[in-house]
Amino acid sequence: MTHLLLRHRDIPDIRKLDVYVNNGGFAAFKKAVTGMQPGQVMDEVKASGLRGRGGAGFPTGMKWSFIPKGVFPTYVVANADESEPGTFKDREIMEGNPYQFLEGVAIACYAIQSNTGYVYLRGEFYQLARELDACLEEMEKAGYLGENLFGTNYSLRIRTHLGAGAYICGEETALLESIEGKRGQPRIRPPFPAVYGLYGKPTVINNVETLTNVPLIIEKGAAWYKSMGTEKSPGVKIFSLSGNITRPGNYELPLGTTFRELIFTHGGGIPDGHQVKAIMPAGASSSIILVNGETFDKVMDTLMDYESVQNVGSLLGSASVIVIDDTYSMDWVINKTMHFFKHESCGKCTPCRDGTYWMLHLVERIHAGHGTNADVQLLRSVANQVNGKCLCALGDFSTMAVTSAIERFPQDFESGAKA
Amino acid sequence: MSLAEKYPREIEAIYAKYPPDRKRSAVMPLLYLVQRDEGYITKDSMAEIAALLDLEMTEVASIIGFYSLYHDKKEGKYRMQVCNDLPCALRGADQFLDSLCQNLGIKVGETTPDGLITLEAVTCLAACDKAPMFQLQESDQLAYHENMTMDKTMELIDALKKGGLGESFRDARNMEVK
Repeated sequence: MTHLLLRHRDIPDIRKLDVYVNNGGFAAFKKAVTGMQPGQVMDEVKASGLRGRGGAGFPTGMKWSFIPKGVFPTYVVANADESEPGTFKDREIMEGNPYQFLEGVAIACYAIQSNTGYVYLRGEFYQLARELDACLEEMEKAGYLGENLFGTNYSLRIRTHLGAGAYICGEETALLESIEGKRGQPRIRPPFPAVYGLYGKPTVINNVETLTNVPLIIEKGAAWYKSMGTEKSPGVKIFSLSGNITRPGNYELPLGTTFRELIFTHGGGIPDGHQVKAIMPAGASSSIILVNGETFDKVMDTLMDYESVQNVGSLLGSASVIVIDDTYSMDWVINKTMHFFKHESCGKCTPCRDGTYWMLHLVERIHAGHGTNADVQLLRSVANQVNGKCLCALGDFSTMAVTSAIERFPQDFESGAKA
Repeated sequence: MSLAEKYPREIEAIYAKYPPDRKRSAVMPLLYLVQRDEGYITKDSMAEIAALLDLEMTEVASIIGFYSLYHDKKEGKYRMQVCNDLPCALRGADQFLDSLCQNLGIKVGETTPDGLITLEAVTCLAACDKAPMFQLQESDQLAYHENMTMDKTMELIDALKKGGLGESFRDARNMEVK
């Protein structure tokens, strides 16, 4: 299949502006600005059924339509904070095919009549931010950014903003705080960013991969886009495959591809003759899917789309599929995820700040082989007290692996059974 | 010399990214500028940034404390930050980190006696398919080193001892197209 998002795999030089333009680049942006009303652009994206690729799966066109009419300025912010353990797709898009992503930002800006877009990159993408800055300069020189674009009265500028190492800034309101020069801590909602966003103005925040789909939808139409994927989850998705797998990497496939196809056909299966024991389809924030002789076929035949993954007790999220083989014990796995969430909790909400601290202590004790059954019960109880009690989803995410591991892999938590 | 005297044009370019009445947004890029200039962020430069942006010094300090890539202490010239999060650990990152500690003769969080390298374990760097991997930070420069072996890593450290990487900082990134 020809790639639609990871186009650099077919056209290696597409990260150069002239090559991108020669392959149809910026035709969609020009078409939107010169031939479509902002509302038409929004309707087309709505009709395509495109859903947010950052993890929540919220319909993109609908998100745009929440921006109130007649309020200026408005902002579009691209979320390039990619930090979920197991996710490395946005980085490849921006490194390999940056202009298609930036064209998506530009079209989103036009759709909500914004004259300023920001790209928020995690601080570790320092080199990448410089490369995007160079791309933005090229676009300005070539007349794709600046004043009176394509002879209309529409003007647009896009800027990068570099974070400095904080997972929480992938949460959209924390991200906005960070651009405003504050600590990245989530805001209370409502009001939602569509009404009160960056600098208190209506703001659309979309993931990099989501925006990279947009030029294709405007160019080829919603009907074409809907012909891929499933009815409720149309289009293509980049699956980041990692862990105990022969060929880890990003795979661009239609939504609704089965776990079997991803893991065995594309990923080449599990190395060294081991078996799959568990899958985390949404990175460290996943409920862990149990794979054993009994569940194997059901799990492997599950379609990876926003609805079906729930049938095996998890969520698709950002589609960062971590495969874990039968040499690992789940107490080790949640020890890893708890270290992550304890480190990344922003400290604003007590259940998350203190809960991740206590969960980590319990998990470490259990993992070290000093735990008792009461510790396991206490761990589950703390997780339940964190879940649903915080301003943002980080608190909830920190409990997903813990509760699912205890429930689905009880043998890994019996004392003395440590790997 | 003050920051404003030293880098007038860069500071103007940073301000231009944000609305004129939203100067506070410049705090993060200004901190990167200081870190590039001095290797870490001193009290004096914190005070200067606060004055430039009409902030309290404690507000600037809170930003430095919150974000993990800002440093207010002089440590090794290079920070070697190994990811040992779940996906990397499934590909041997913990063992890699252990032998790196042995080869350098230091523990995680420590700096080599020659002041060259501070070794850290960090959370996900979005390079899960190319573990073991680490990033190398030098003031505000960052480069990823992926699919690393101990031999390749020790060669890199030798090159750092001999006087840095210069342009190879840029080339180090693995840009292979599959």
